[in-house]
Amino acid sequence: MLIRHLSPRVWLALGAGVLAASLNAREAIRLGEFASLTGKEASYGQSVHQGAVLALEEANAGGGVLGRKLALITEDNQSKPGESATVVKKLISREKVVIVLGDLTSGRTLEAAPICQNARIPLLSPGATNVSVTTKGDYIFRLCFIDDFQGTVMAQFALEALKLRRVAVLSSVSSAQSVGLAKYFREKFTGGGGAVALEQKYGEGDKDFRAQLTAIKAAGVEGVFVPGYYAEAALICKQARELGLAVPLLGIDAWESPELIQIGGAAVEGSYFSTHYSAENQAPAVVAFNQRFRQRWGVDSNAISALGYDNVMLAIDAIRRAGTTDGPKLRDALAATTNFPGVTGRITFDAQRNPTKSAVVLTVKNGAYRFVQAVHP
Amino acid sequence: MSEFLQQLLNGLSLGAIYALIALGYTMVYGVLRFINFAHSDVFMVGAFIGYYLGRLVPENTVWGGLVVLLVAMLGCAVLGMLIEKLAYRPLRGAATLNVLITAIGVSLLLEYSGQVFFGATPRTFPAVFPSVNFTFGSLVISSNQVVVIAVAAFLMVALEFIVHRTKIGTAMRAVSLNPKAAQLVGINNDVVISFTFGLGSALAAAGGILYALNYPSIDPLMGVMPGLKAFVAAVLGGIGNIPGAALGGLLLGTVETFVNGSQWSTYKDAIAFAILIIILLFRPAGLLGKSTVEKV
Repeated sequence: MLIRHLSPRVWLALGAGVLAASLNAREAIRLGEFASLTGKEASYGQSVHQGAVLALEEANAGGGVLGRKLALITEDNQSKPGESATVVKKLISREKVVIVLGDLTSGRTLEAAPICQNARIPLLSPGATNVSVTTKGDYIFRLCFIDDFQGTVMAQFALEALKLRRVAVLSSVSSAQSVGLAKYFREKFTGGGGAVALEQKYGEGDKDFRAQLTAIKAAGVEGVFVPGYYAEAALICKQARELGLAVPLLGIDAWESPELIQIGGAAVEGSYFSTHYSAENQAPAVVAFNQRFRQRWGVDSNAISALGYDNVMLAIDAIRRAGTTDGPKLRDALAATTNFPGVTGRITFDAQRNPTKSAVVLTVKNGAYRFVQAVHP
Repeated sequence: MSEFLQQLLNGLSLGAIYALIALGYTMVYGVLRFINFAHSDVFMVGAFIGYYLGRLVPENTVWGGLVVLLVAMLGCAVLGMLIEKLAYRPLRGAATLNVLITAIGVSLLLEYSGQVFFGATPRTFPAVFPSVNFTFGSLVISSNQVVVIAVAAFLMVALEFIVHRTKIGTAMRAVSLNPKAAQLVGINNDVVISFTFGLGSALAAAGGILYALNYPSIDPLMGVMPGLKAFVAAVLGGIGNIPGAALGGLLLGTVETFVNGSQWSTYKDAIAFAILIIILLFRPAGLLGKSTVEKV
C-alpha cells in the first residue's frame, strides 16, 4: 500500500534524474571568480567584475566555447584577509568551477594559490603583481606585469621625466605588493643615481599618516613614492597637502580607482602613477573595447576592468585550445599561450607563467586620469 | 624643533579623539563596572549620521558643522540609551561576564547591520566645517585639528561640570560609589544609568564626527581600531576615572604619533603598546586610578 502510494513520486524523481543526467553534457562551463566586491577595496572587485561580465556576455553571444555556454560564479571576499581561502575552497569543492579567476591584489591571490595548486585547478589573477605569486606552483598564472618592472618604471620616470634626485618612500607593512615595490623602487632609484632620503611605513587600514608625512617633510625631499592602495593613498595625498608638503606624489597601479579622486579631491591633482592600460590609448582594439564597455556599463573602462575582461577572454581561449575543461590539460593550454591579443596588450607566458607587458604612466588632471607616457620592457 | 612641534600637534589632535571615546568607556565602567564594547560602534554610527546629515546642510559653514555635530550627538545619545534598555537592563544583577558577552554581541550587531544598511564600501565624509590651514614658519596647523582639540577640550570641561556640579552628576557618583545605598537615599538607578549611557554615547558621536572630519573616509568597521585604542587609553589613565581617560587618550595619541614619525614606524603599535605595558607594570591601577583592595 505504502509502496503503491509512493511510486508515482519515485518515478517522477527517477525521471527527473535521468533528464538531468542527459542535460549534464550541455551544462554551462563554470568559471569561478573571487573578488573584493565589498569592503575597503570594493572599487577593484567591482571594476574587475564589470570587465569579466562583459567578456562572458560577449563569449556567450558568440555561441560559448566547445559547444557549451559559460557561466560566471562570483564570490565576494569582502576585501578581508582570510576570506579568500574560504570562498575559493567553496568555488572548487561545491561549485565545481574549472578555473579560478582573481583576485586583483597580490595578498589575496597568495591566499588562494595553494588551494588551487593542490586541487589542480588553474588560477589566473588579473592583477597580482607581487613577484612571488606565480612561484607558488605551476597552476598559478597572472595577466599583468610584475612589481620589479613596475618599480623600475616609476624609478625611471622619477629620475628622467621628473628629474627628481631625493625622494622618500611611504609603504604599507601589511601588503605583499607594497613591501615588494618599496624594495624594487629603492634599488632602481639609488642605482640610477638618486637617493631615498627616508622610508616610512604604515599599516593597512590606517587613517592617520600625519606623523610619517611630517617626518618626510622635515627630510626635505623632492617627491614621495607611495606604493599602496587607493583608500590609503587618497588620505595620504590629502594629509600631505594639508601639512604643506607640495612635492609630487608617485603611485602604482593600485591607485587607480574613482575613489582616489573622490576622496582625494584637489590633493591628488598632479600626482603620477603607473598602471596597465589607459582608456585614452588610440589603438583600434582599445577604442572598440572602451566603446562596448561604455555601452554596457555607462562608464569608461579603466585598467582594472580591462584586466578583468582580458582575464576571462584568456581563460575562454585556453579552454578552446585545450578542448576540455580538465584541470591539468587546461593548465598546459594556459602555459602555452602565445601572442594572445588582449586589450591590455599581447600576452605570452614565460617559463614562470608571467607575461611581458608594457606599462603606462598616468597623471590626475582636472579630476580625471590623463595619459603621460608608455614604458616598454 | 618645528618638526617636534608639528608631531606634538598631530599627536594631540589624534589623542583628543581617543580621549573622547575613552571617556565613554570609563563613565560606563565607573557606574556599572563593565566594559561597553558596543561603544566603538556608536562612534561609527555617529560618523554615519554626520555623513547623511552633512549632505543636507550647506558645506563649509560653522553653523552647518555645529548642527551636524549636535544632531549626531543627540541621535547617538538616544541609541546609547536604547542599547542600555534593550540589551543591558534585563541583565542587571547578572554575572559581569554575561553582560560583557552581550556587549560584544551588540558590538557585532551594530557593525554588521551597518554593513547591510550603509554598505561595506568606504564613503567620503563631507567637509562640514570650513577648512583652512594656518602657517607659522614651517609649522602648519589645519583648522580641523584646531576644531578637534577645541571641541574635545570643551566637552571634557562640560563633562567635569556635569559630573561634579549638577544634581544628576552627584547621583551618578553616588551610584558609582554604592548602587544599593544610592537607591536607599531615593536615587532612581535606572534613570542615572540611562543618562550615563546617553552622555557617553553623545561623546562617542562627537568623536566620530571629529575623526571623520580629519580622516574623511568612513566605513562600518571604522570604530574597531580607534575603539580598541580608546579602551587602552581608558585603562592607561585608570578605568573609571574621567580625567584619567582624557590623559590616557592624549598620551597614547602622542606616543603613537612620535613612534610613527620615527624610523621605527613599522613597529608603531608594538612600541606604543609596549610603553603601556611598562606603565601598567609600575602603576597597575592606571596613571590616575586608585588601587583598591578587593574585599571578600
